[in-house]
Amino acid sequence: MSETRNPARAQILDGIRRSLRRGDLTDTARLAVEQRLAAPPRGPAVARAQLPPAEKVALFCQWAEANNATVARVAAADVPDEVSAYLARNNLPAEAAMAPSPQLERYDWANQKMLSLRRGRGEARDQVSITGAFAGIAETGTLVMTSGPDHPVSLNLLPDTHIVVLREGDIMSGYEDVWAMLRARYGKNGMPRTVNTITGPSRTGDIEQAIELGAHGPRRMHIVVVRD
Amino acid sequence: MQSTAHDFKDNVGTALADPNLQDSLAKLKVGFSERRRQAAERLPEFEALRDRARDIKNHALANLDFYLEEFERKVIALGGHVHWAPTADDARRIIGDLCKSVGARTVAKSKSMVAEEIALNEHLEALGIAPIETDLGEYIIQLRHEPPSHIIAPAVHLTKDQVADTFFEHHAPLGFTKRLTERNDLVAEARHVLRQKFLDADVGLTGANFLVAETGSSMLVTNEGNADLSNTLPKMHIVLASIEKVIPTLEDAAVLLRVLARSATGQESSAYTTLNTGPKREGDLDGPSAYHVVLLDNGRSSVLGTKMQDMLRCIRCGACMNHCPVYGAIGGHAYGWVYPGPIGAVLTPQLIGVEEAGDLPNASTFCGRCESVCPVRIPLPSLMRHWREREFERHLTPRAVRQGLALWSWLARRPRLYRWTTQIANRLLSTFGRAEGRYRSLPLAGGWTRFRDFPAPPAGGTFHAQWARHGGARVRP
Repeated sequence: MSETRNPARAQILDGIRRSLRRGDLTDTARLAVEQRLAAPPRGPAVARAQLPPAEKVALFCQWAEANNATVARVAAADVPDEVSAYLARNNLPAEAAMAPSPQLERYDWANQKMLSLRRGRGEARDQVSITGAFAGIAETGTLVMTSGPDHPVSLNLLPDTHIVVLREGDIMSGYEDVWAMLRARYGKNGMPRTVNTITGPSRTGDIEQAIELGAHGPRRMHIVVVRD
Repeated sequence: MQSTAHDFKDNVGTALADPNLQDSLAKLKVGFSERRRQAAERLPEFEALRDRARDIKNHALANLDFYLEEFERKVIALGGHVHWAPTADDARRIIGDLCKSVGARTVAKSKSMVAEEIALNEHLEALGIAPIETDLGEYIIQLRHEPPSHIIAPAVHLTKDQVADTFFEHHAPLGFTKRLTERNDLVAEARHVLRQKFLDADVGLTGANFLVAETGSSMLVTNEGNADLSNTLPKMHIVLASIEKVIPTLEDAAVLLRVLARSATGQESSAYTTLNTGPKREGDLDGPSAYHVVLLDNGRSSVLGTKMQDMLRCIRCGACMNHCPVYGAIGGHAYGWVYPGPIGAVLTPQLIGVEEAGDLPNASTFCGRCESVCPVRIPLPSLMRHWREREFERHLTPRAVRQGLALWSWLARRPRLYRWTTQIANRLLSTFGRAEGRYRSLPLAGGWTRFRDFPAPPAGGTFHAQWARHGGARVRP
């Protein structure tokens, strides 16, 4: 589709250059924009999120709750217990679709006798999903999910209740630190199909500007923050 | 969509007389704009971020050809396809062909103003393909066969009762036989109806808030999650975006996201911000097997390098209309085409012609609130003034206005006569209007007083007289 003789493509690009009263970028100008792409400049830093690790975790939790998520902070050994307890507290069924992720398999799910887990993508009938997260953003209480065989996107969207297991060490100050993590993990030319950044449950203000939760995605989001 | 911008004055009359619309508009003043103010106050860096956002968009526009080619290269490298559409016609044809290539019967659509601009739904329907709007507001107005009245809140003109009536009428055949009265019940019913449509759709079509050249990603910002269901469940994902949406890097996106959510709804962050890059990868358990991006020009490239280029910075947050006294009085439909409010008054004459839409840039008090809240600092009043000048140059302005202006300019070039005339007029208007403070009708000013009162000048004389009395400086020609 990228053939350079594509006339529609040429029409648009030539039109842009004609309007800007120039031909192709000069070598100097091209070098400047290529350098900007190679080493992207950051915008003004948001001071409230530039914090030492412990306070960063606290800020993440505070903003996640302000955005209608619930948060539990537990030790690694207690993650499965917390998931079962959350489901019981909220009168939700003790069954869930779980991301087939090595990170989640490290927790001891087998001792949750009442909890039935299915590993795989999200299906229409699923009421609860359990996934990990690639990172958290303290500035806004946002979760970052990257798609892949270990994290189907449908688990973030289809169930009514989304339980997310997030390690404290993966909580970053702002987007910029997460972009650096993405480049380190996936390489400069290898974005996953989808990066979902999610802040609280799904919502809409489309009827009289009043916020209602659970428009199309999950109605409830519970974040289990795991102590390092 | 068919424009009714040329009927602006009639549209305004209808809007002002519509009690449901006036109820809905009253909520705007305490809704979006108050929440924006609070969000801006919570973030000390907000003004610096706005400056940066403006600079990023200016940089992207100055190098638009480079970034579009870079974006295309990255999309192709990750298995996606890029289509170039110089005109609305081209974009409709490309999307129609893509849908036919997979035998699509339904398309799950996530809100896209560009799709409105090219009247995509009508085209798909003509091909026998059903477009299903999945954003709640868009879904409501699709059922009612209405256009959106706001760029981020398409059903903001409707009351809850009107939504209840619409659902009762359209959902009854699906087995929902009770007329609902609570907002959360209405949302739940729409969720239920639309969920099945997501699962059945053959194609997911979304717009894009930004295209990131560095990674070849389209970036989508929503609160409902409908865009994400649209780009994950169907077997084909089509992104429709206009060319000025491209930005250089993810770092630039971070700046723009910070000003977008706060300017639009006053949120710290929208619930879902998603980067989509290509089709599903090997081993992925879900996602579309085909990923297409349609890049639409539709006249935008010709705006580059002109005085009007600033309008291409727009990130479609809606703050200008939320803060506009004219929009607040008449709502979005009166503007007669896709983009309402101050940004509509600037874009519409560009996209469909000043002959058709010349009234829109005139419907402004020039109070400047739109410019003062614009996250990318578009000088909207200056751009509207530009269209007024074009309209005048092309002799589209009504004869009475032209003659009035000609008379005024003749007078203004004769300072002595001007001062003498205005003194007399001022004294007369001030004396006879003192009791009421305003005129309901005035000879020779029927065009004004038919729609609004003419204020009586306060005592104290003309501006010139007051200026001299307060010791204002005099400039010698």
